[in-house]
Amino acid sequence: MISRFAADRFPSDLTRAFGDVGGFDRNAWRELAELGTFGIALPESAGGVGLGTIESVLVHESLGAGLVPGPLLAATLSAGLVPGVLEGDVIPAIVTRPNHQVALVEHLQNADVLLVVDDMGIERVEIAAIDGQNVEHPTDPTTPVMVVRELPHGEQLGDAHLALAWRRLGSVLASAQLVGNSEASTALAVGYAKEREQFGRPIGSFQAIKHLLADSFTRTEVARSSVWAAGVTIDEPEVADVDRAIAGARLMAARAASENAKTCVQVHGGMGFTWEVDAHLYLKRAWILETVFGNLDEDADLIALHVAASL
Amino acid sequence: MHLRDSDADATFRADLRTWLDATVPTLPPEPDPRDWPARRIRDAQWQRLLFDAGYAGINWPAAYGGRGATPTEHLIFLEEAAAAHAPDVGVFFVAQMHAGLTLIAEGTPEQQAHHLPGILNGDHVWCQGFSEPEAGSDLASLRTRAIRDGDDYVITGQKIWTSHAIVADYCEMLVRTDPDSPKHKGITWLIVPMDSPGIEVRPLVTAQGSAEFAELFLDEVRVPVSNRVGDENDGWRVANVTLGFERGTGFVGEMLDTTNVMNELVGIAQRTPRGNGTAWDDIGIRRDLGYIAAELDALWAFTKRNVSQGAKSGIAMGNGSAFKVAYGSVVHRLGDIALRVLDRSSLSFDDVDGEPTAAQLHGKLKGFAVSLGGGTSQIQQNIIAERVLGLPRER
Repeated sequence: MISRFAADRFPSDLTRAFGDVGGFDRNAWRELAELGTFGIALPESAGGVGLGTIESVLVHESLGAGLVPGPLLAATLSAGLVPGVLEGDVIPAIVTRPNHQVALVEHLQNADVLLVVDDMGIERVEIAAIDGQNVEHPTDPTTPVMVVRELPHGEQLGDAHLALAWRRLGSVLASAQLVGNSEASTALAVGYAKEREQFGRPIGSFQAIKHLLADSFTRTEVARSSVWAAGVTIDEPEVADVDRAIAGARLMAARAASENAKTCVQVHGGMGFTWEVDAHLYLKRAWILETVFGNLDEDADLIALHVAASL
Repeated sequence: MHLRDSDADATFRADLRTWLDATVPTLPPEPDPRDWPARRIRDAQWQRLLFDAGYAGINWPAAYGGRGATPTEHLIFLEEAAAAHAPDVGVFFVAQMHAGLTLIAEGTPEQQAHHLPGILNGDHVWCQGFSEPEAGSDLASLRTRAIRDGDDYVITGQKIWTSHAIVADYCEMLVRTDPDSPKHKGITWLIVPMDSPGIEVRPLVTAQGSAEFAELFLDEVRVPVSNRVGDENDGWRVANVTLGFERGTGFVGEMLDTTNVMNELVGIAQRTPRGNGTAWDDIGIRRDLGYIAAELDALWAFTKRNVSQGAKSGIAMGNGSAFKVAYGSVVHRLGDIALRVLDRSSLSFDDVDGEPTAAQLHGKLKGFAVSLGGGTSQIQQNIIAERVLGLPRER
């Protein structure tokens, strides 16, 4: 259902516009919220749908596949804590407080509130207190970014325990979006390969193209399995090590999304390198999701140390 | 997708673990891997123990003498057996995983009554006579000819990649019974007793130095028509039934072995001096092994997902192919990391200084067994591209 909604309500042109000043479509965002998107795992008593993490994972796969723009993670994480977010009336932004560098914050231009997460907890920082500069050329043209040199502190909304839960859930949901992204870029490339003819036949009939796309399919299905397992582990932490599961899901999903998007560009030939074709949008969204609540090198190291510790 | 044991599964696991803990230590030591008759004896011993305890034919229907385990129980059985360092199915692979299940699905009651007990209790070893020198990836182009003569088929031809042929009693064999029809429509599935006159077995040594395969040369070998499984010229369909049984749990034992190899490599790295510390202090090696572990975790999750799905609707062909391609790649890359850790120790295929270096190098070659056997990775990619993604066939 989310997939259909995303395709209808967030076509490529609208999604691209989200990156422009004033391009944030609050009506579309509100309609997305009205589907219950941000309250999938919130209890019914809090106005949510009352399902679990795995259902939220599935929703974010669809959102990622639809390349739906906007602060999806911020909204899903804060829907139970910040009034108005669940309904789509209040637009949140979220960032992990950096240690030594400036903060780059997605969607800050359009946000009504900023949530800052660190090891100590979650703070709510008022937009008026933030001195930020618009990034004129964000890496992902559908995701506007602001630079904030000094992130102020604000009201404590959650403790260290909640911050950890947000970081874990945020990581898995970003990984879920990456899985969806990897599936959608593959579908785009497959569609093109069936239509585009050279040397008297569809380019999809050549083994070189077939094998590239078969590898994309494989990456998606393996990554999907890893992300589902991480989602289940969050809800049932006794089945496996949560941090290892989440780190593994990120490694698989990030690799799937970036490799599949690269393949999508490649299969499109020269046209894949144009602004007009959506291939680069999948690639760039994959890049920025890769660093959300996760870092590939740190994730790989965490897993390695876990392997050594369990010997 | 279920990651946690149900109560029934937990009971199954606990009972099995108790039995394994009591039984595995009573086994004699493993024989020299090159001594196939001795390996057959040991594998048969294990098979008999399983049979007596009610674990033989773990995923066979109970009506045919098997355990009737659910796919999840089958997975649990493989996990626990590996954890207990129990022998794997060994020379009984073809009998248990291919022939027996095919006879259950496609055989006559007489064939089932005659063959299934011997497969279950470890009396009979089977080998597979499918591939030929000229029919590998293109298996349907096989040429071994079977001519009907009265109540017999007379078989002449050649087979290759026949596992355990030197200790086998029976061969599940695909033969061409109609050379004039399109290739998929002229094939028949036969049970060939390996003591039939006219069969020559020539061991085939692999790059791992082991003769686990053989070539078979068949010169007018007579086999009764009653040994035919399925109808004449319907063998291609029956063969696909046979090969379909590998999807899902077919690689579980393999993956457990690879996970052990990875764990051992971590241990070796921790003990290998490098620079001012050890190879494990090399963050590059740690991260690359961490990535391999993430992939193995993912492939486990994929297996459980496929097994859950398979219980309801059968495992999608694309997922089986995707698994095999991904897993083969992991095994190859783990081998690459092994070389970086072993350094000059990699010059010896025997253990060096008491370290299990040989297992690492064998593991490095094992990647080819996965990327070549049971349908090459390239064929699997074709299957995904054409049958799942719907890309146009080549011809």
